[in-house]
Amino acid sequence: MNREKIEVLKRKFGSQILSLKEEKGEITLLVKLEGLKNLLKALRYDDEMAYDMLIDLCGVDYLGEDPRFEVVYLLRSLRDGDRLRIKVRLNEDQEIETVSDLWRAAEWLERETYDMFGIRFANHPDMRRILLPDDFNGHPLRKDFPAEGYDFDKPFEVKLEEES
Amino acid sequence: METTFMAINMGPQHPATHGVLRLLLELDGETIVKATPHIGYLHRGVEKLAETKTYHQALVFTDRLDYTNGLSNNLAYCLAVEKLADVEVPRRAQYIRVVLCELQRIAAHLLWLGTHALDIGAMTVLFYAFREREKVLDIIEYITGARLTPSFIRIGGVARDIDSNFVKKVKEFVKEFPSRVDEYETLLTENIIWKKRTVGVGAISKEEAISYGVTGPVLRACGVYYDVRKAHPYSSYEDFDFVVPLGKNGDVYDRYLVRMQELRQSNRIISQAIEGIPEGPYKSNDPRVVLPEKDDVQTDIASLIRQFKIATGGFRPEKAEVYASVEAPKGELGFYIVSDGSEKPFRFRIRPPSFLNLSALPRMIEGQLVADVIATIGSIDIVLGEIDR
Repeated sequence: MNREKIEVLKRKFGSQILSLKEEKGEITLLVKLEGLKNLLKALRYDDEMAYDMLIDLCGVDYLGEDPRFEVVYLLRSLRDGDRLRIKVRLNEDQEIETVSDLWRAAEWLERETYDMFGIRFANHPDMRRILLPDDFNGHPLRKDFPAEGYDFDKPFEVKLEEES
Repeated sequence: METTFMAINMGPQHPATHGVLRLLLELDGETIVKATPHIGYLHRGVEKLAETKTYHQALVFTDRLDYTNGLSNNLAYCLAVEKLADVEVPRRAQYIRVVLCELQRIAAHLLWLGTHALDIGAMTVLFYAFREREKVLDIIEYITGARLTPSFIRIGGVARDIDSNFVKKVKEFVKEFPSRVDEYETLLTENIIWKKRTVGVGAISKEEAISYGVTGPVLRACGVYYDVRKAHPYSSYEDFDFVVPLGKNGDVYDRYLVRMQELRQSNRIISQAIEGIPEGPYKSNDPRVVLPEKDDVQTDIASLIRQFKIATGGFRPEKAEVYASVEAPKGELGFYIVSDGSEKPFRFRIRPPSFLNLSALPRMIEGQLVADVIATIGSIDIVLGEIDR
């Protein structure tokens, strides 16, 4: 089932796909950043694809490589029961289009990716930090962020929230 | 006329939010106009910390994600690493894992049942549920040595073999448990007060639940057939005969019914697994990854070297990326691990079920009453240790 889908994808989005990898029973597509949204929209809504669940969305930081970041989408089709991993590379100064209008799950997952990596998602309805406080310094899952943090030896100050 | 909404903070120190969840509610009278969850109060940076540890060392972090469910977390992580390092797990170990994970599911569901009923005002259920939960935890403690943080399922197998005493205890429990579930059900299932508080409350439609990435009993209560144990079988689940209970309306009451059925199905799985445990080794003998037997370490120089190498330096899986998931009591718990060929994970991503289930909470409670918020949070069964990581 999955292989037929891959053939269809190759035919429709051949110029968009940078590489196709199958290892340990998992299929991974590395695609171009431009036109990513169209590809994902097709994966979500096209009847032959029907990837209606966004199982996971996360970032990976390959410090020193160009482009630096990778955003990983793990999709699953309830109808066909198969999984597909889509990866896209981008640099620090690039933005990536949100998919929260395709899968609502992306709303929080993209916020977390922003929180942890500083990757910005364009047109996201609520692009705030999610796990860390708003005044947190840095993005901790970046490889150049030290595991013990920047100010671990300083006492923690409680700041009251501004009245909105 | 001008309308103003009242804003209330529910939590983070509120017993009914099951941990440090803060909900900012905007109210029109008693009706909820808008709800914004604030999370992160329990953030410990597990994903970052795990990148600084070897694969064996990172195991202990997983216990502390969903702390009602240590064994399933261990299993999900071990499955991912085993896939990464191509480790074959012996059948006996797989069966032991199934027995333990299903026992853990019973314990987790009983904790949910007791606290959820208590939130809504049915106090008696708590005492009944905790009576059996204690028994399960006693069994888990007997074999793993810990009640909440077992770290018992290891990469390549389990930490030690089970004995006849364990088998006896489990068999006794399995025999008696269905009658106990009947007891809980007489208290709640047809209880008119319980139904008034739960039927039609906090409902979410099928399509929305799928779109929000909701998994586990909350998704199945909407009538969606998705259970990782059936969809992507792991650890020999394909050997066992069990049914995936489904709901219809996706409300609090259906989530309750689904979980009650799951208690019975878990019991069925345990009884099949404990009867059918095959003979053989309880862990793989892959010299790259698995620690040798303690007796061998004390008598044999090769084993001593192997022990020393793995314990101090870890092992180096090939450069690859894997995703493995299990059906935890809360939903699909997955681990996405990227290896760069070193002894430490390059990226250690946890896909927490409660995180995505909670993200659908505002959708479930908007337009409902304040008292329903408590019922709905209880029915999603969140654990903040896993949401905040």
